[in-house]
Amino acid sequence: MSFVAEPVARLVKEFSKLPGIGPKGAQRLAYHLLRSSDEEARALAEAIVDLKEKIMLCSICFNITDRDPCPVCQDEKRDHSIICVVEKPSDISPLERTGRYNGLYHVLHGTISPAQGITAEELKIKELLSRLQGGSVKEVIIATNPNIEGETTALYLQHIIAPLGIRITHLARGLPFGAELEYADDMTLNQALEGRQEFE
Amino acid sequence: MSTPRNYQTQAIILKQTKLGEFDKLLTIYTPEFGKLKAIAKGACRPKSKLGGNVEPLTHSLLLIARGRTLDIVTQSQMMDGFLELKGNLWRTSCGLYTLELVDLFTMENSASCSLFNLLLDTLHRLNANGSEEITLRYFELHLLDYLGYRPQLKQCVSCSSLLRPVVNSFSPRQGGILCALCAQTEPTAHPLSVDALKTLRLWESCDYNTARRVKLKPELSSELEQVLQGYLKYLLQREIKSAAWLEKLKLLRVDNNCGTN
Repeated sequence: MSFVAEPVARLVKEFSKLPGIGPKGAQRLAYHLLRSSDEEARALAEAIVDLKEKIMLCSICFNITDRDPCPVCQDEKRDHSIICVVEKPSDISPLERTGRYNGLYHVLHGTISPAQGITAEELKIKELLSRLQGGSVKEVIIATNPNIEGETTALYLQHIIAPLGIRITHLARGLPFGAELEYADDMTLNQALEGRQEFE
Repeated sequence: MSTPRNYQTQAIILKQTKLGEFDKLLTIYTPEFGKLKAIAKGACRPKSKLGGNVEPLTHSLLLIARGRTLDIVTQSQMMDGFLELKGNLWRTSCGLYTLELVDLFTMENSASCSLFNLLLDTLHRLNANGSEEITLRYFELHLLDYLGYRPQLKQCVSCSSLLRPVVNSFSPRQGGILCALCAQTEPTAHPLSVDALKTLRLWESCDYNTARRVKLKPELSSELEQVLQGYLKYLLQREIKSAAWLEKLKLLRVDNNCGTN
């Protein structure tokens, strides 16, 4: 015999499927919703339903969006001759926060990982190549993560884009702000030295 | 006497998976303890002191604290980051292939110092821009040897007769060469040329510096690759994913010149 009402038990079960939420946390969230007003509960439920019903991938850049093409791809004020290639949709917002980039994006939805069997075919690389065919793109910025999978993907992209004669760059590598030189690894220091700059 | 709470070890990072928001679960190969799993806490944070030292294809010195279920990496120092290798798509992929083989063939807490040294030497050779094909075949052959699967190349593995200098066959199922007569009863055996057999026999017993002097024609190189990878796949009873990736790169004509260095 269950000591918890079925709707509560069902909600606890659903919450505990979410990443980072254990059975106790799920229970706390369920009881919190039980105490909250009808409007609050309904707003949460509608937000979840909207997420699944209204969100899609932009047919140009493959970022998640609620209208196709996404606002970035539609924006005429942005520089359409530069494409910044990122691994996942969540990589776009930190770049946008800088306020320094005004080009377009392309989301690969993953990185090449040979040991896991993730190769170029599983990513949106073919779609990137067809975007580059038109001749209007002058530069591709590769912004994959600086780890072994990100680097493998970057090297692969460099190999297949180079014959198109488009400028290929990647984000500068080096020491993050607030880090300590003493603890930096060889690769980071090597790249930081190679990319050293004049004081302006 | 109780076991010390911390231990220090050299390690080659075989693979890593993200654990939670900022942690990484590492699979490492060490000379003293063999393959281990350990957590690198906070390794995904930009200011992490572990960061680049616990990336795959890195040789690091690690201080590890024993945990209840999984050990925790508390300090790290890079011994070799194989920077030349990491700047080249083909050589990076070759390195990842060697890591996958060691990961697939080894059990946790089963130490082999020779295997650690073989892997480390192989990564140094790939880093130094040597002949990758010979480096990989030499690695595969000696990996099989250290794991106890050394192929029988001196006599027929079925009837024990001495092998004649003709095209014989290699049987992954029986782990060695079959004479022409015995090969008729083994449909899965691959034909093996005299040159390929001679090369395998030489590589099995010589050091790397001697092995690399062999001039491999493309046909011989491809034959050796097929025989050794066929044997490895038979033992694993599965595909080697990085080998499939190397094949794709070959079709795209990605070679040693593809990279930033």
